[in-house]
Order: sequence, then C-alpha cells, then structure tokens
Amino acid sequence: MSNITLNSNEPKGGLTNKWTDYRGSMNLVAPNNKRNLEVIIVGTGLAGASAASTLAELGYKVKAFTFHDSPRRAHSIAAQGGINAAKNYQNDGDSTFRLFYDTIKGGDYRSRESNVHRLAEVSTNIIDQCVAQGVPFAREYGGLLANRSFGGVQVSRTFYARGQTGQQLLIGAYQGLSRQISNGQVEMYNRHEMLDLVLVDGKARGIITRNLVTGKIDRHAAHCVVLATGGYGNVFYLSTNAMGCNVSAGWRSVKKGALMANPCFTQIHPTCIPVSGHYQSKLTLMSESLRNDGRVWVPKTKADAEAIQRGEKKGVDIAEADRDYYLERRYPAFGNLVPRDVASRAAKIACDEGKGVSPTGLAVFLDFADAIQRYGKAEAISKGIDNPDIVKLGEAIVKAKYGNLFQMYEKITGEDPYKNPMKIYPAVHYTMGGIWVDYNLETNVPGLFALGEANFSDHGANRLGASALMQGLADGYFVLPYTIGTFLSKEIRTPKISTDSPEFATAERDVTDRLLKLKSINGTQSVESFHRRLGQIVWEYCGMSRTAEGLKTGRQKIRDLRDEFYKDVFIPGDLEDYNPELEKATRVADFLELGELMMVDALDRNESCGGHFREEYSTDEGEAKRDDENYAYVSAWEWDDNQPILHKEELKFENVELKTRSYK
Amino acid sequence: MKLNLKVWRQKNNKDEGRYEAHTVEATGDMSFLEMMDVLNEQLISEKKEPVAFEHDCREGICGSCNMVINGKPHGPQQGTTTCQLHMRHFNDGDSIAIEPFRSAAFPVIKDLVVDRSAFDHIIQAGGYISVNTGQAPDGNAIPIEKDLAGQSFDAATCIGCGACVAACPNGSAMLFTSAKVAHLGLLPQGKVEHTKRVKNMVDTMDKEGFGMCSNIGACEVECPKEISIENIAMMNRSYLASVFGGRE
Repeated sequence: MSNITLNSNEPKGGLTNKWTDYRGSMNLVAPNNKRNLEVIIVGTGLAGASAASTLAELGYKVKAFTFHDSPRRAHSIAAQGGINAAKNYQNDGDSTFRLFYDTIKGGDYRSRESNVHRLAEVSTNIIDQCVAQGVPFAREYGGLLANRSFGGVQVSRTFYARGQTGQQLLIGAYQGLSRQISNGQVEMYNRHEMLDLVLVDGKARGIITRNLVTGKIDRHAAHCVVLATGGYGNVFYLSTNAMGCNVSAGWRSVKKGALMANPCFTQIHPTCIPVSGHYQSKLTLMSESLRNDGRVWVPKTKADAEAIQRGEKKGVDIAEADRDYYLERRYPAFGNLVPRDVASRAAKIACDEGKGVSPTGLAVFLDFADAIQRYGKAEAISKGIDNPDIVKLGEAIVKAKYGNLFQMYEKITGEDPYKNPMKIYPAVHYTMGGIWVDYNLETNVPGLFALGEANFSDHGANRLGASALMQGLADGYFVLPYTIGTFLSKEIRTPKISTDSPEFATAERDVTDRLLKLKSINGTQSVESFHRRLGQIVWEYCGMSRTAEGLKTGRQKIRDLRDEFYKDVFIPGDLEDYNPELEKATRVADFLELGELMMVDALDRNESCGGHFREEYSTDEGEAKRDDENYAYVSAWEWDDNQPILHKEELKFENVELKTRSYK
Repeated sequence: MKLNLKVWRQKNNKDEGRYEAHTVEATGDMSFLEMMDVLNEQLISEKKEPVAFEHDCREGICGSCNMVINGKPHGPQQGTTTCQLHMRHFNDGDSIAIEPFRSAAFPVIKDLVVDRSAFDHIIQAGGYISVNTGQAPDGNAIPIEKDLAGQSFDAATCIGCGACVAACPNGSAMLFTSAKVAHLGLLPQGKVEHTKRVKNMVDTMDKEGFGMCSNIGACEVECPKEISIENIAMMNRSYLASVFGGRE
C-alpha cells in the first residue's frame, strides 16, 4: 500500500484556460452509454443533491443515499450567511482572479491553485442556476440581486437569502433532485446509512448500507461511488454541526485505501453562542454576516470583566473609553471582518487574559449599538422624519437584515440582543480537511469520488465565509458532472455490476460482524459519554492552539479511550430495529480513530497556518508563522492502527506569490 | 427543576402504544431536546431502551424534530421548533405530555418518530422549476420586485416538519403544499409551470391520505416558521383555475 504516488492530474496549460481547455478536450460518454452506467451518491446535501440531479439530467442512472428521513434535512440547510460568486454586480473591483486570490490567501496557501481557480470560475454559474430554480435571493429595490460582504475580503460578493441562505439553496437542490426522483432517473434511499465501501478489482463498485428503520443490511452496486457526506466537526462532540453529522462513510473508505488529507485543518468559527452547561448537546452559530455591523469588544480592564462575570455589571454599563475593540485595534485594514481563524484566536487571547464576559469567562461581546444608531440616523434622513426615535428606526433596519438570527439568540439565551450586546465565543464549525482528491475530484481509489466538505480540496488551512455553499454546489453542479466522465468513459463496456460477487459478500459479513461485536460488548457506559470525552480531548489538545507535547498526550488519551470504548460501551435495543444508539456507536467508533489521526497530522505539521496554530510557531505579535519551505504540501494519510503513513502532495504556486498573510 | 413526563412509547407501527411516566431533573438553559437527552441517559444507565425521537440540527431549521408537547405541536411557544424551546418556559413540578406528530399520513415508526415521506411525494409531484443545470440565463436577467421576492421567501421558509398536519383536526397538508406553490408561483421563473404544478401537487396530497382544509387555522398558529394561511387561499384560487380554466 505504501507505494502510493499522488498525482493531482491537473491538466496542463495556463491557470485561466485550464478548466475551459480541459472540458473541451476530455473524453465524453455518449447518451446511449450513460443510460447503462450507474452511479451511487452517498449524502444528499448541497453537493450530493446537486450532483445527483445533474448526473440524472445527463442520463446516468443514479442511486442516492441519505441517513435522513428526507434529503431536505441535510446540514447544508443550516448555513446562514450566504454564497460567494465573482459576479462583480457591485462594480467594486471583483473578478474571478480576485475570488481565486482571496480564497488561496484566506486558506493560508495550503490549497491547490488549479482547483481554487476553477471554483472561482464556476461561482457565477451557480448563482444563475439557483435563481432559475427559484431560490429567493435578497434583492435591491430595482429588482436586481443584492450582495453583502464577508470576512477576509474587501469586496461585496456574497449573495444571500436573509439569514437562511443554506436552507434556500438546499431546498433548490432538493427540488431538482425530487424532479429526477419523480422521473425515475434517481432511485432515492432515505434512512439508509453507508457502513462500508466495496472494491472490486481495486475499483469502487458499491456500498453496504444499513436500513435505519428495519436494521437490514443491504448491498448496492454501481460503476462508481461518490461521497458527498459532509465534514467531521462532530469529532469535537460540541460543534455547530447537526447531531447526525459524521465521518463514517469517508472513514470506511479510508480503511479501504482512500487517503485522509489535512485532517488537522479544522475551522473554529468566531461567532457562536457560548456553552451554558455540561448537558449541552451542540453549539449554535451566529452568522459571520453579523460582523458586517456588529463590533467585537471586551472590557479594557480585568476588574470590569470580572464584574460582568459575577453579574454585577452589564455590557452597556461599560463606558466607551473602557472598551477594547480589539479586532479594530489590531487589524485596522479589515477590522471586525478579519478571517475566521484570526478572529477566533483573538477572542481566545482576550479570554485567556481574563477579559471574558460570561460567567465562565469564555465569551466576548458582539455589539450592535453603533449600527442601530447609524442606520437609525440614515433612515430618519431618507424618510425626512422630524424628532425621530433613532433607536427604534435603527432597530427596525437591523431586524430586517438579521431578524431571524437575533430571534434565535434570544430564544437560546433568554437575553434581548437589541438591548444588550450579544455574547459570543468560538466553536468548531467546518473541516477543511477531508478525503484526498485529484483535479477530477477522484480519490486515489479508482472510481471513488468525494465532493463538498467531504473532500479537502479548496479551502487550504482556513475557509472564507460563504465559500462552503459555493464549493458544495460547484462540485455538484459544474465539476463532477464533467470530471466523472474521465472515469466512466473507460467503463462503457463494463456490464451492470452484480452484488453477488465474493467482494460484496465479504464486505457485508464484515459489517454484520462489526455491529455484532459492538452490541456484544454490553458494558456500562453510554455511547454519548464516550463521545463527550473524546470531544473534550480533541478540543483541549487539537483545538484553537496546539503544542507538540499536548498532541502527544492527546493521541495517547484517545488511544486509551478507544480501548475503553471497546471494553465498556453499552448499546441498548436490537440490531434489527430502529436504533439510534447503534447508529451513534458506529459513528463514534470511527471518530475515535479519526481523532487520533488529527493529532498525528497536527504533530507532523511544524508550522502554524490558518486554523492550525502551533504555539511553538508564532511571531512575536502572536500571529501564525508559516513554513513554506518545509510544509507547502498536502498531508495525505494512509490509516494504520499503529502508525499512520504520510504521503505528500507538494503544492506548487505559479500564479500567486506566497506572502505572510496580513489583515493589518 | 423537577419535571413529570408522560412520554409516548410505541415499539413499531403495529404496536398499540402507551404512555410511560418518568421524572427528570432539568435546568432553564436546557433545550427541550437536551432535557430528553437527560432522560435518555437516565434510561440507558438503567439498561433500558431510550425514547426514540427525531432531531438533527437543533437550531430550528432542518425540520427533523417533531414532538407534540402538552397537546401542541412543538410545544407552547409561538414560532418555535421543539429544539429551540427552552426549559425556562416551564416550572418546577410541571407535568409534560409528549407525543409524536399524529396523522393518518404520518405512520409511527417508533416512539416519537413518524414517517413523513408523504411530504417528499408532494414535492416530487411538482414542487420544483424544471430547469436543467447549465440552462440558466444570467441571474440579473429577470429583475424581481423586492417585496415579491420577500413574499416568496416567506413561503419558502417552510421546514417541512409537519406541525401543520399534526395541528389540523383533518390532518390536512394544505399549508405545507400551498407554501411551496406560493414560493414558486410568485416568482416569474415559477409561473410557467404554475397551473400544472398546483393540480399535480394537490392531487398527490389527496392521494397520500391528507385531509381537506376547513379553514380552522390551527396550522398557521402552530407553524414554527409562522407561514401564513393566505397561501392556502392563493392555492385554492389556482387550483380552481386549473380544474375549470385550464389556465389562470
């Protein structure tokens, strides 16, 4: 296995023509052959649903799988802020190259130039496609599409549908998928979870699933398999991911030979609602778009912060001169709109200095008082109101822009964010790492593709806001439907794949054995309790800042926890029944291995870049210190229970100059 | 706070089902589902089977959670899903009855989990705009009035949870169906197929076993996304036109 050579399969030619030329010259599959080729798609969020419907429109026979009761529930639905596209509708200097450059720079120069440029190129098609599907994007009074700005960029290129952009885009993709289901082009399997990948002659030819209602284990075959199964943020237990998000489809593929790339690149989002108690099951994001108008601050003195922590003072009691708007102070060029990794680390530093503003000391303020004043005054002038109630007018504007987010905050915390500044703290949100793929989005296993958050390809060490939706839909609508032909054009003579082969039988037996083994442990501790402990270890040693020493400790702790899990976990209920505890158990078992790999990866990377911050590698001002000479590579790991094996893909930068990322 | 729960337990669709009594210790900052997590951890520690309930995003947008709490879908708070309902709205010593969303078209799978695939079938019958990937003109080619886009958006915020069906004495899916009809039909892109869409979606709704609308309005009251019953009126007009006029 160890003689894997990673080939990115980037086509030749200049950056700007690469994708166009490639599309024009790649092998195609004729319509009469498409009819005979089957594709399995696992996951029906933005990437999966868009891929399934597009491949079906092209004439392929698609089988789509989701563990949800309906494709409409995928966690893409929870994305709030928006989707980027280099439309330059605002005439503010945006371009394909600028979106490409911002994404490469935002990712701290750890992504592949050609993939990112292609993403920027197709971004504009996505908006057109979504509008045509009926996605009700925000509009200006003239009827044209509205934009707003997001962190890490200086143009307004984010399209949005209030604070529910992900919902609207997913519903669009779900409707497209529904149309193909009704046509019979897509066979939809709801409430089915992939538990293994099946290889025949080294190619991905099928999956083993568990019917989550009946517990039945089934075999499914196709000419190729596409994973669009999202990210692995739930390895931290507490994250903004939905409860069901998991790494299992990807991890099972890793165990069949796929490589896991950059697993330690995880994104900690700066604006989430702080943890309130030990029973907490998940964290809730407050969209980055709030940083357009909200100002982040903590008290200048520890005394004031402690008074707030004890509940003796409130944010509004702190005089203007006694506040430290630390992002505006440290990063005057980008201010409150610095990228996520930078904002998160700055919040951690403020709290580590004892200036946190919640009872736990782990929160900073996000304040809208200035925005309310500014909007109120502008509204009074534009409407010509005498003796205006500025605050009331301003609150109405803020409500129109962020109403649902403010409402959500109020529901969760019981506090009114119009009257008191919000309290926020960083939380795990997105994983840039994922299955290694080449330019075609194909993994090192022939016939196995990975899309969206499940792959590693476009965001480097840090993702910019409003780029996850863009990547999911780019991969599904505009990339895979072409690149899958590079594999399938060689398969037109391959007859329908049978599930009767010994490979399928073995894979099915392995799954059944694994479930029986888990169930038969019959220990004393719940799956949830193991997951929570795993999350604490990963957060402590592989969270916002990491050290070599800590990573070694963390790795050992995870290995110990894994041993304990296999000795003492208790799974109630039956295997052949609706059994959510069993589902959780298989997922946590996989997280217990992935967590270890994250520690190994973070320990290997002796530099700080993007979301990966190693304390040993920082500047005097506390900023990340990258090491381009030694670490400008993608870490693609082959799993081995004793010592995972590293394969490197060197990153070549021919179109951008590697610079120290500065937002000052 | 100490809460006395009466939770619906039902092994599967063939089982008759019954209430089971439990007491749980909760705090005000917990969400309703986190309170259920506490109950389940309690049950697991006693080596009993936990209560099956559906949930995922826990931020009020995926539409998975579906509990009838003290007789109300998603509980007592207006415009709130079960996952966003917090225990500070309850008092120490309260009794809480928890049931699944009940409707003929939503058979129970287990405990509080029901099968809502009938909603998917309604969407598959026409809840889309027939545009293939790559066919779209420029996004700004069709200007859409800001207010109209807003109205369409309001209808599009439906999360497909089924509270409207659970609230309706007739088990009608008119609010769900009409929200989709309005979302698409209000937009110029969606107008082309509007008449056909209404007819097909309403026919499928009937076929799936949902009841008729008799203007009770419980759906609008219980909808966690506060979708307006006006959508139903709009759909009725369009449906009549599709039956008698062929076109509006």
